[in-house]
Amino acid sequence: MQSVSRADVEDFLFNEADLLDQWRLPEWLTLFTDDAKYEVPCTDLPADASSETNLFYIADDRTRLGERVKRLMKRTAHAEFPHSKTSRIVGNVRIQASKDDEVAVSCVFQTLRTKDGTTDLYFGTTKYRLAIQGDGFRIREKRCLLAGEGLRPSGRISIVL
Amino acid sequence: MNTPSQQPALLIDPAQSIFKVARRNFVDPEIFKAEKEMIFDRSWLYLGHSSELPNPGDYITRKVAGRGILFTRDSKGQLRALLNTCPHRGAQVCRERKGNAKSFQCFYHGWVFGADGKLRSQPGEASYPEGFKGRDTSNMQPVPRFETYRDFNFISFDSNIIPLVDYLAGAREFLDVICDQTDAGMSIVAGSQEYSIRANWKLLTENSIDGYHASTTHATYFDILMSSTDNLATGMGGGGYGYDLGNGHAVLEYGAPWGRPVAQWIPGWGEAGKSEIGRLYDNLVTRHGQERADRIARKNRNLFIFPNLVVNDIMALTVRTYFPVAPDYMVINAWALAPNDESAWARKYRLNNFLEFLGPGGFATPDDAEALEHCQRGFQNSKEALWNDISKGMGKDKAHHDDELQMRAFWTQWNKQMFPGPVSSIKGVAA
Repeated sequence: MQSVSRADVEDFLFNEADLLDQWRLPEWLTLFTDDAKYEVPCTDLPADASSETNLFYIADDRTRLGERVKRLMKRTAHAEFPHSKTSRIVGNVRIQASKDDEVAVSCVFQTLRTKDGTTDLYFGTTKYRLAIQGDGFRIREKRCLLAGEGLRPSGRISIVL
Repeated sequence: MNTPSQQPALLIDPAQSIFKVARRNFVDPEIFKAEKEMIFDRSWLYLGHSSELPNPGDYITRKVAGRGILFTRDSKGQLRALLNTCPHRGAQVCRERKGNAKSFQCFYHGWVFGADGKLRSQPGEASYPEGFKGRDTSNMQPVPRFETYRDFNFISFDSNIIPLVDYLAGAREFLDVICDQTDAGMSIVAGSQEYSIRANWKLLTENSIDGYHASTTHATYFDILMSSTDNLATGMGGGGYGYDLGNGHAVLEYGAPWGRPVAQWIPGWGEAGKSEIGRLYDNLVTRHGQERADRIARKNRNLFIFPNLVVNDIMALTVRTYFPVAPDYMVINAWALAPNDESAWARKYRLNNFLEFLGPGGFATPDDAEALEHCQRGFQNSKEALWNDISKGMGKDKAHHDDELQMRAFWTQWNKQMFPGPVSSIKGVAA
């Protein structure tokens, strides 16, 4: 196994952000492993809090992540119909640890979302655990740590961060 | 306050089953201003749950109706609600969200207060008269009224308000049903959902006790529920009823197809879940008898306590309070409440259930927010399109849970507090 470079990780994360900005969610979903988790803790919790004992905003396993994508692609997902427009910036990418089959990555995100004349900013740090597979990376864990206090004034996380 | 007589806040005519709410109530800055004085300064307002401050010295700062409140458990274990402002020159004394402290020091001039709000010391004491520290006016001021019912702590800025237990009226019995899930007490789970909606606060009151919107607004949630748990076959829907609980409080109580950690099993929870839920249910029967156990375990309750507290005992248990910031913007705080003796398995499923439906990242709440925001947008037309209609189910002997009796209970109390004196009777105008 050849070593993983930051550029490899950045290519992967930039592509992920692009798929989300283009609302290609079913394709985005294929980036995840079958045992994947996508989590957004409440902002008054420690960064390593467990979703089994603490209230989060989002704590999806792979099944619910699939339901989330299915839901968001329906016109009855009212909060995102018509789809909002988003622009994601991913930066400060760092590999924090690596094993044979997995790298731990930290980055910051700034996601702008516009709908109905209102633009909101979501920002914070994302912690990834990326599985190294034959053809590249798969996301085993994506944990978005919002840096703001609560969700004000954005109010909700109806998009994927 | 003055209101043009040609434009009342409500139009009610029971004989014709008319109940209309002026859309002006959601947009008018004069109404917004009056609500501060007539509603939020004259009601009992939820502050927090006793479990949030388990130990002496624990504290939380919280904003209630625009005031900064310091909620503490003092060294003797007593809960206190203090106005978070220094008696000296007004600075906010505690600037942290929560923690544990033996005392609080105002950073401006260094006055130090106990968790009971009493002045302990101040720099330059020699320049103050003897006995200065003993004066009430030297202490942090308690909120005018502070009372507790079954670990739900409320404050009021009206020192003459009726006692909390009387204020709760019929809501008390429903709080009892919720708290009787366990005899080990309940706690708020760590993690606060703090969000906002760009809409008038009364829209969230209405939405929280609206059984009518579920199948359309939450179509995607029910798609998921039905596909994942084979619930159609279990036949646990069954509907229910809405109740006016007095003093503006209201509730809907109904059966629904989702699983309840206390205590309704669904196939999605597997055999392990089945025996766990069975054990919880048997316990309830032992403690409360079959009938009440069935009600606690299998009925859902969306309980509204006037003017801004919602306790939803549904697929999880949530406590939600909200405050207006502007006519078209509110902030919301929501928590998960759970029995203290719950197993790790049940806690996990409770939180899982909570997040699937509830909260700003769930599969339902964002669509509620969207609906409320689009009502607020619709109200841009309120000069021409004047009225909301909440007459559904008027005249029935017993209102169903998807009727609008609950909203009429809220608005009737709102109107009584906003416009004291005889309610003008307007007939025919709105038909």
